[in-house]
Amino acid sequence: MSAAVLQRLAALLPPARFLERPEQLAAYESDGLTAFRTRPLAVVIPETAEEVIALVRFCHTERLPFVARGSGTSLSGGSLPVAGGIVIALNRLNRILKLDAAQRLAVVEPGVVNLDVTAAAAVHGLHYAPDPSSQSICTIGGNVAFNSGGAHCLKYGMTANHVLGLKAVLATGEVVEWGGPSRETVGPDWCGLFTGNEGLFGIALEITLQLLPRAECYHTVLAGYRTLELAGDAVSAIIASGLLPGAIEIMDALALEAAVAAVHAEYPPGCEAVLIVELEGPREVVAADRERLDRIIAASQPVEARPARDAAERVAIWKGRKSAFSAVGRLSPDFIVQDGVVPRRRLGEALRRIGELAAQSGLRVANVFHAGDGNLHPLILFNGREAGALQRAEALAGEILKMCVAMGGSITGEHGVGVEKRDYLPAMFSADEIDCMSRLRAAFDPLGIANPGKMFPVAGAPALQHQGLHPLEKAGVISRE
Amino acid sequence: MNTVLAPETFEELAEAVRSTPRLLAIGAGTKPRLSAVDTVKLSTARLRGISEYDPSEFTFTAAAGTPIGEIAAALAERGQYLPFDPMLTEAGATLGGTVAAGLSGPGRFRFGGLRDFILGVRFVDGTGRMLRLGGKVVKNAAGFDLPKFFVGSLGRFGVLAELTFKVFPRPAAARTLRLTAGNLESAAKILVEAASSRFEFDALDVAPDEPGVLARLAGPVEALEDLTREVHARWPGEVLSEQDAEGVWSALREFHWADSGSDLVKVALSPSRVVALGEVVRSLDGAKWHLSAGGNVAFIATTSTPQAAVLDQHLRKLDLSGVALRGDSPLWLGRRTQPAIIQAVKQALDPENRFPSLDD
Repeated sequence: MSAAVLQRLAALLPPARFLERPEQLAAYESDGLTAFRTRPLAVVIPETAEEVIALVRFCHTERLPFVARGSGTSLSGGSLPVAGGIVIALNRLNRILKLDAAQRLAVVEPGVVNLDVTAAAAVHGLHYAPDPSSQSICTIGGNVAFNSGGAHCLKYGMTANHVLGLKAVLATGEVVEWGGPSRETVGPDWCGLFTGNEGLFGIALEITLQLLPRAECYHTVLAGYRTLELAGDAVSAIIASGLLPGAIEIMDALALEAAVAAVHAEYPPGCEAVLIVELEGPREVVAADRERLDRIIAASQPVEARPARDAAERVAIWKGRKSAFSAVGRLSPDFIVQDGVVPRRRLGEALRRIGELAAQSGLRVANVFHAGDGNLHPLILFNGREAGALQRAEALAGEILKMCVAMGGSITGEHGVGVEKRDYLPAMFSADEIDCMSRLRAAFDPLGIANPGKMFPVAGAPALQHQGLHPLEKAGVISRE
Repeated sequence: MNTVLAPETFEELAEAVRSTPRLLAIGAGTKPRLSAVDTVKLSTARLRGISEYDPSEFTFTAAAGTPIGEIAAALAERGQYLPFDPMLTEAGATLGGTVAAGLSGPGRFRFGGLRDFILGVRFVDGTGRMLRLGGKVVKNAAGFDLPKFFVGSLGRFGVLAELTFKVFPRPAAARTLRLTAGNLESAAKILVEAASSRFEFDALDVAPDEPGVLARLAGPVEALEDLTREVHARWPGEVLSEQDAEGVWSALREFHWADSGSDLVKVALSPSRVVALGEVVRSLDGAKWHLSAGGNVAFIATTSTPQAAVLDQHLRKLDLSGVALRGDSPLWLGRRTQPAIIQAVKQALDPENRFPSLDD
C-alpha cells in the first residue's frame, strides 16, 4: 500500500484519530487470542457512523483491507489485524441512541459495552440477556459480529436472537437497514444472516436490541459430586424432569482448585465436579419449580447441595464460576480455551476423551462448561516458555474440536471461527458448503477486504507466537468463556 | 402452469432442481399467495418424517414436507413443544412451508419465533447442490447463519429439504385470561404494561371483534392459581375454561376468523403503532384483524383485493411492512427497501434464477 493512500486516509480524520507510529499500533496488534499478533498499517478511530461509512468506502475504492474492532476480546482472533490493512476502532461509537422501555428495546452504536445496555435498562426493570463472560468490557458490535453467547443460551439463545434491527455499512460501501422495533419480520431474516458474519460482511452502525424484563426471583443451587459422571447424571435428570433452568454449569476439579485460589471460593470437599443450576421467573413459579429441583438434586447423590439463601450467596456462587477462567492463570503460566459443542447426552464421554487426549499430550486440561447446552470450555494449560508447548496445546485443541464434530456437535458454540479455528471449518462443512458460504461472503464483499483471513481456511497461515495472557485477563477484568 | 413435481428422496429433490430451469417449492399450500407464481411447482409432500428426535437434547430433525402437526404430536408425547405456536397446523401446514413463510403464532411472545428455534437446514441451492448449514446442537456459532435467513425467504433462495429445531419442555399447565379493555387504546396500554410485568406471560393477543386482551400464563399448576389472582388484581377480567381457551387459540392459529375469500396479510408491528394500525383497520369496511405477540405482529383480513391496495397505502404512510398470505393482492405491502445486496445474495445462492425472485 502506497504512502499516498495512507496520506489520503489520514486526511479523512483529525490527526489525533489516525495512528500509525509503532508505539501507537502496539495496543492493536493482538486481541483475546494472544498467540497471534499482526501489526496493521494504521488504526483509525471514527466517532460517528458517517465517518465509519466514509472509511469503508475509502477502503473499497482503494482495495484496502480493514478489520473492525471493539474492545478486542475475541477468543478466536476475530479482530486480529491484517498485514497491509487498517484497523477501524469503534470504541468511540459508544452511544445508546434510544432506550424505549415501553417497547422493551434499545438502539445502540457498535462500541457500546454489553453490560452498559443492561445498566441503562435496569431502571426500567429490564435487561439485555446475552452475557458473555467478558460482558463488562466487550462491545455489542463485536457481539453481533461473532454471535456471542454466555451462560443463559439454552433458554434465551445467543446474540442473534436478541437483534431486532440493524443499520450497517457493507464492505461494498452500501448502507442497509434491516428490521426495526418489531420482534417480528417480513421477508428474509437479514439481521439473522448478518449476525455472526465475523466481520466479513461489513460493519454494524446501529443495532436494535430486544430487552427482557428482569426475572423477579432466582433460585441458585450449588451441588458438589464425587465424580463428573454423577454431576452429568444430575443434569440429565434435571432436563428429563421438564424444568427449564436459566443456567446449568459444571466446573471440574482443576477449575475448582483455581477458583478457590483466586477468589477464595468454598466448595464441598472431596468433589471432582460442582454443578450450578439456576431457576428464574415469577416468585410463584420459582417456588413451585424449586421444590422439584431440590428433590432431583437430593436424589442425585451429591456430596453436598447448597442453595443460595440470599442475593449475596447467589452472587458468591457466580463469582466463583465466572472467575474460574482467569483463575486458571494462577495454576499455569499460559492457557488456551476452546468452545466446541457436543450433544448433551455425550458430555460424559467427551470429558473422558478430553482427559485421555490431554494425558497423551502431557498437558493438563481444566473444564468449565455450559452443561445445559453441551458447550465445552476445555482450558489447556501449558508453559509458553517451553519450546513447542504452544504448538502441542494447539494440536490438542484441534483434536478436541475434531472430536466435537465427530460426536455430531460444532467446532464453536460462541467464540466464532476467527483465525484460530478456520482450519477446522472443513471438519464441519463440505467443500460445496464452504463454497456456498464463500459465495455469500463475496456477495457482501466482492473484493475480500472486510476482515480477510477469518473463518475460511487459507494457505500460509501466520505462525503461532507465544505472547502470554491478555493484560486485562491478568488483571481479572475479562475471562475466556 | 400446473406441473407439480413430487420427489420422494433428497437425491430426487436435488435432481428435480437441476433438471428444471424455473421452479418453486410448495408445501401444503396453506398460504397460497406466497407461491402464486406461474412456474413449475416442487411439492415436498412426499418428503416427510422425523429423522432424529432425542428429547434429552431438546432438538429434532425432520424433512421439510412433514406436517407440523405431526411434529407437535411427537413432541407432546415426550412432554415437549415448539413454543411459538405454529400456525395452520390443523390445515396441514408443513415444517418447510412454515419456515419459508416465516409464520410464528401467539406463543412467539415469550421465547421468540421460528428464527429463535431453527438450528440447521439442509437445502438445495440454485445450482442443484444439497447443502447443510447451521448445526444440530442447541448452540453453534460456526459459519454464516443461513438457517435464520431462510425464515421468511419464501423459497426464493433455495429449496428446504430438512430442518433441525430446538424445542422446549412443555409447561405443566396453562391458563388463559381475558383482560377487560373497553377499546383498543386501553388494550394497547395493557399489552405494553403486561409485557414488562413480572408475570412472564406466555402470550398476549387481541382477537378479532373483541377488545379484551387474551393473556396466557404457563407454568407449574400450583403457581397458576396465585399468578391468576395477582394478574386480575391489576387487570380485571375472566379466566377462560380449558375448553374455551383451546377453542380461542385454535381459531387464531387456524385463521378461522378470516373469511376464506379474504386477502390475508401479515404485518410486522411494534407496540407503539398498534393504535394507529387499528384506526386503519377500522377505516376499512368489513376488515378484521388479529393482534398478536404483544403488539408485534398483526394479521389483517381485508374483504377484497382493492381494499388490500388501500391497506398497502396506509402501511406505507405508517412505515410498516406486510406480506400477503392469501388472496390476489401484491405479495408485499407497505414499506419496502431494495438494497443491491438482495440481488447479490440471490446471485450467490441461485445464479441461474431457477427460483422466482422476491418480486415475483
